[in-house]
Formats: sequence, C-alpha cells, structure tokens
Amino acid sequence: MSTVKIPPVLRAAVGGEREVSADGADVGQVLRSLADAHPDTERQLFGEDGALNRYVNVYLNDEDVRVLDGLETPVKPEDTLVILPAMAGG
Amino acid sequence: MPSYAELLRQAKDSVQEVDPKEVHEMNGNGNGAVVVDVRESHEYESSHIPGAKHVPRGYLEQRIESAAPDHSQRVVLYCQSGNRSAFAAKTLLEELGYDDVVSMTGGITLWKDRGYDVEVPRALSAEQRERYSRHILIPEIGLEGQLKLLDAKVLLLGAGGLGSPVSIYLAAAGVGTLGLVDDDVVDLSNLQRQVAHSNDRIGMPKVDSAEIAIKEINPDVEVVKYETRLDASNIMEIIEGYDVIVDGVDNFPTRYLLNDATVRLKIPVVSASILGFDGQISVFAPYDGPCYRCLYPEPPPAELAPSCGANGVLGLLPGTMGLLQATEVAKLITGAGDPLIGRLAMYDALAATLTEVKVRRDPECPICSREPDSISDEEMGVFPDYEAFCAAAG
Repeated sequence: MSTVKIPPVLRAAVGGEREVSADGADVGQVLRSLADAHPDTERQLFGEDGALNRYVNVYLNDEDVRVLDGLETPVKPEDTLVILPAMAGG
Repeated sequence: MPSYAELLRQAKDSVQEVDPKEVHEMNGNGNGAVVVDVRESHEYESSHIPGAKHVPRGYLEQRIESAAPDHSQRVVLYCQSGNRSAFAAKTLLEELGYDDVVSMTGGITLWKDRGYDVEVPRALSAEQRERYSRHILIPEIGLEGQLKLLDAKVLLLGAGGLGSPVSIYLAAAGVGTLGLVDDDVVDLSNLQRQVAHSNDRIGMPKVDSAEIAIKEINPDVEVVKYETRLDASNIMEIIEGYDVIVDGVDNFPTRYLLNDATVRLKIPVVSASILGFDGQISVFAPYDGPCYRCLYPEPPPAELAPSCGANGVLGLLPGTMGLLQATEVAKLITGAGDPLIGRLAMYDALAATLTEVKVRRDPECPICSREPDSISDEEMGVFPDYEAFCAAAG
C-alpha cells in the first residue's frame, strides 16, 4: 500500500483524512483505487475521458508524474503520492 | 615587559611588508590575493582600497575565514599607516595557520599619497547603523546587503492576510520602497489574522491602514499606495519598475494575469496561498525557473477552488506563510542562499510538516516558452474556459 497525501479541498471526500493508503502498481492504479474507495474524489481527479484533470498535479515523492511516465509511472509500496491542486487564498 | 615600540618592531621583523605599489599591481592583475582592511568600521566606511574586504582587527580571529577561507592563499592586510596590519599579520601567521600573509607598508595613507584610487562606500546614517546592526553583523547580508534592501522596491499584491506580515517585516528589515495594491477596507473579520490593521482602523482603506503600521515600525520606508484592483488595464503600469512582487491575491484570474505580466517584464514573483491549515509557497523567476502556468496550466473549476472568505483559515497561517515569503524576498534582493525557484513547499500546520516538490519549466508553456516581447496584451491572464470560470466565480 502506498501513501497518498490528500489536499484540503479533497479531505471532505475522504472523511477528513490528510493521508490515506491505496493499492496499485502504478500512479493510475493507486489513484483509481483511491477513487473507488472514496467516490467523491473521482470527479476532482479524473476528467470524463479518464485522464487526470489538468488542474491537479500529482507527485511521486517529490517529482511531477508528468515528467515521469504519467499515470503509468510505477509505484512502490514505500512511495508517497502527493496530490496538489492549485489554491488561491491569500 | 616590552614597550609598544618594541612590540611593533618585533611584529614588523616577523612579517613580510609590501609596498602599496606592489599591492596596486596585484589588485590590477587579479592574481587571487585577498586584500583585507583591518581598521575600525568608521575608518573603512570613510574610504578603502577598491575591492578590499573588511575585518576589523578586534574581530580578526572570528571573521577572517569568511574573507579568506583558503589558508594557503596570499592575504594582504592594511590599516591606516601599517602598524595595526603588522600585528594582525603576525596573528594570522603564528596563531591561525595562514601561510602567506603580508602587511602593506604605510597603510592607506601611503596608498593615497601615491595617487591610487580609493572607494568611498555609501554610508548608513548613525541611526540606520543602529537600526540595521543585526543585519550588518551577519556576513550573508552585511552592509552591502542592507544597502541593497534599502534600494529595493517591492510590490505587495494584497494588504490582507499574507500582505500584513510581509509588509511589516519587510519594512522592519529596511526595504526602501513598498508598493501596496488593495481596494478593500478593514473589516472586523480581518483582524483575526491581518496584523497590519487594528481595531480603531476598521472601515479604513487597507492601504492606508497598512501604511500606518509600516511607518510605525520604520518611518524611512517609502510607501506607494494603489487603492485599486489589479486588472488587465492597470497591471503593466503598476508593476513596472518593481524588483520583486509578492503575490498574496485571493483569486485565480489575477494570479494568471500577474504571471503573464511579470514574465513579460521579467520580474520575480514570490507566490503563496493559504487555506484552512495549509499553505503553499514558491518563487517564480521568469526564464530562470518555471512560471505559475508551468506549475498550474489551468485553474480548477470555481467549485473546487474555495477562497479563505468562504472556507476559513487559521489566523496564524498567513503569519507563517507570509514570513516565508518575506524571507524569500530578502534573499532575492541580497542574493543570499538558495531561493525557492523550481521548488514548491507545502506547509501543513496541523501535522507540522513542510513537504517540498520539484516544479519543472514546461517547454511548451503557453507563456514562458516564448520571448517576453511576443506576449500580447490580449493574451495576458487568459486561460481555457476563462469566461465560464469568472462567471461561476461571480
């Protein structure tokens, strides 16, 4: 199980947790199992075409998955995925 | 006990002395010798040999390594007439293990008599020396860094949660000019976090209230007030001429507009945002690192982009994030340390964790992959579904 860090706007959708564990061999599978366990995150993570929404950044540890292999980037159980949507509060 | 004259003779016997002519030639050919002025601060500040480092003799042991880290490098010491530098050279050779230390004969007096140039540094007033003494003591800032801060012009977008601590601390640190952009007035609900304002200033424009707070801590700061909302019609006029911009605005359209305008003008932006117990901060330095659009190609839909007004924020959080911003501003101005360029830090106040991720320049970024002059007025601040976004956001 990998760790997924949940940003403030998604916490309500996962019962208020700041971190959850999710299974999967690659980034897409981990996010998919997150969305299956917490259906309210689905629409915020994925577009209708199943691709990751452009306004959500996902990092494997500290690297943007877009510069790795995107949703196909392999994930190890000890890895942390960071979900980072833009925020504008000031 | 030996007399002063005997001690001086012993010191001069044990160190090698060089003529100012030789030092002048060394200075000109850049052969790697470090020239160090060992006089007191007021003497150094009245004039010194161009490029000389300053280590007062009283701080020799403590500070020489920051001026001359390499013990095998040639070090030339000088003072007013060549006596104090002889004593200092003896100390470096015999007690601190330097290999090649010489003292300049006749000091700066003979140097000037020979007609060589001196540098007359810009001096701080006695009051400024006292006010900024703790900056001057740290080598990474020093007198030079303080002068850079005093010359700097920093624009703060928003005089609210983030803008409050940033404005007060940058004023205290001696940033010479602070521009403030805000069209709002102080409200009671702001006072839980916006520390530049106060109870008796409720109803006052925030730019006026923040100016009072700035002047209270440092009356020397010049405050330029823009009681307006930043938009496409005024942004270029307002931001031009500023050295650094601090972004604490509370909406996405303005953040994109600001990004595009600052890329065009090549002005670095220290950007932070806060919500609830969480904050993000990064520095966008056009063409040196990624821009805001490289990080966030498009904003989330309005329903997924709550603002502090709608969702609340811990009153302490803008203090934490604002001071991280102010620190990055001071680093950009003075050149100290590693700025947060190409990195984004996320602070989670509840967990008390700071997590960092890498931000890459997008080679296909619609803005910063192009030459600054090619970014047109019409494109600035525009993003896909801009109309729908703004309609939804009201």
